[in-house]
Amino acid sequence: MCLAVPMEVKSINTELNVADVEISGVKRQVRLDIIDYPASVGDYVIVHAGFALRRLDREDALETLKLFQEGLNLQVL
Amino acid sequence: MAPNTASDMLAKFKDPALCRNLLDRIRAELPGPLAFMEVCGTHTVAIFQSGLRSLLPDEIRHLSGPGCPVCVTHEGEVAAFLELARKDGVIIATFGDLMRVPGPKGTSLKQAQAEGCRIEIVYSAFDALALARKHPESRIVFLGVGFETTAPTVAATIKVAKEQGLDNFLVFAMHKLVPPALAALLQDPEVNLDALILPGHVSTIIGVEPYRFLAEQHGVPSIVTGFEPLDILQALLLIIDQRKTGRPQVVNQYSRAVADDGNPKAREVMFEVFKVSDALWRGLGRIPNSGLALAGEYQRFDALTALDVQVHDLPPLPGCRCGDVLKGKMQPNHCPLFNKSCTPATPVGPCMVSTEGSCAAYYKYAL
Ligand code: SF4
Repeated sequence: MCLAVPMEVKSINTELNVADVEISGVKRQVRLDIIDYPASVGDYVIVHAGFALRRLDREDALETLKLFQEGLNLQVL
Repeated sequence: MAPNTASDMLAKFKDPALCRNLLDRIRAELPGPLAFMEVCGTHTVAIFQSGLRSLLPDEIRHLSGPGCPVCVTHEGEVAAFLELARKDGVIIATFGDLMRVPGPKGTSLKQAQAEGCRIEIVYSAFDALALARKHPESRIVFLGVGFETTAPTVAATIKVAKEQGLDNFLVFAMHKLVPPALAALLQDPEVNLDALILPGHVSTIIGVEPYRFLAEQHGVPSIVTGFEPLDILQALLLIIDQRKTGRPQVVNQYSRAVADDGNPKAREVMFEVFKVSDALWRGLGRIPNSGLALAGEYQRFDALTALDVQVHDLPPLPGCRCGDVLKGKMQPNHCPLFNKSCTPATPVGPCMVSTEGSCAAYYKYAL
């Protein structure tokens, strides 16, 4: 039950506060009540138990991938 | 070449060539034996599914922790929701994996359903609201399990129920908080681990700050990690690095999904509806401030109060070693019942029921 997966935002209905999302042909409608900042069509959001939790940061993902290729990502707190 | 679309980009996190590169570096740089625990059941499954477990050097020992919400649901909570299911005029709305969790008398929701109790499987707490609308004559009891990832979704649903005046919607809140459980785990002198892989999606909500004590007070390197093979390998490299420098830290490897301060909006909703309370954990017992109870004006949505049911601190199921498995003290296949009387078709404990349970993962991938 705890699985949270990234899904692509296909459309957004601000009135109902929901978005249609899809990943590899699987379509879902998710609530937008708790996402911290709004996602747009084409963004990926982390989806869990019928709710969008967070927008995936594309720049950050690319940066991480670059570091995998170059060396160690040291983002120490 | 940079991937063009978001889905290309996500696929890159499984890239075999990059994985091989990181695996080689782990092999070359590993300073000695290393036991790491992944807290989250989804990581457990990811580690098996991607084949990483068999690819990692033998000196790396992999333990699974208390991060499967169904598995940590206490015996007393299972007995309580079975009691709720048997109340007149009640419809239970639940996530599917709770259906087969055996209760103290060996019964489960599935059996209760066969006996005529009304039980509906939902994918989201929000789906349970539709049931409440459809059955105004009944009381809908949503079984709220899950950690900080799930609790805000349930809180948001309760808020909508209040706004819409759906007073026949009730919640049995069994939500649990991860950092207090980790504190309890590390205080146990029999638990021996060198590093922690922290749950990525719980961290999406709580951020990184609440884990700082792991490094500062317990000296355990701890990495917030994503779920792709590259994420997990990178986390192991970060651990090895800390091992070498001797400076344990909490590092956010999964920054594409986890902001250091988490998701404040989700936390705000969660703490409007819930307040921190003590909770019973399977195998770990009562842990202070590790659960969530309905707060203030939302208390009227509490199923236990509305239907007069109590949670008792019941003993573990005879023979089941889920408690030891959840603490990483025992590998599932060392449980005397594993693959004997306990299989996914005939589960004795919840660790064999849930798809994220360690016993189920061992059964599926390591037999
Ligand atoms: S194998 Fe079955 S009985 Fe043993 S710990 Fe796992 S769930 Fe419990």
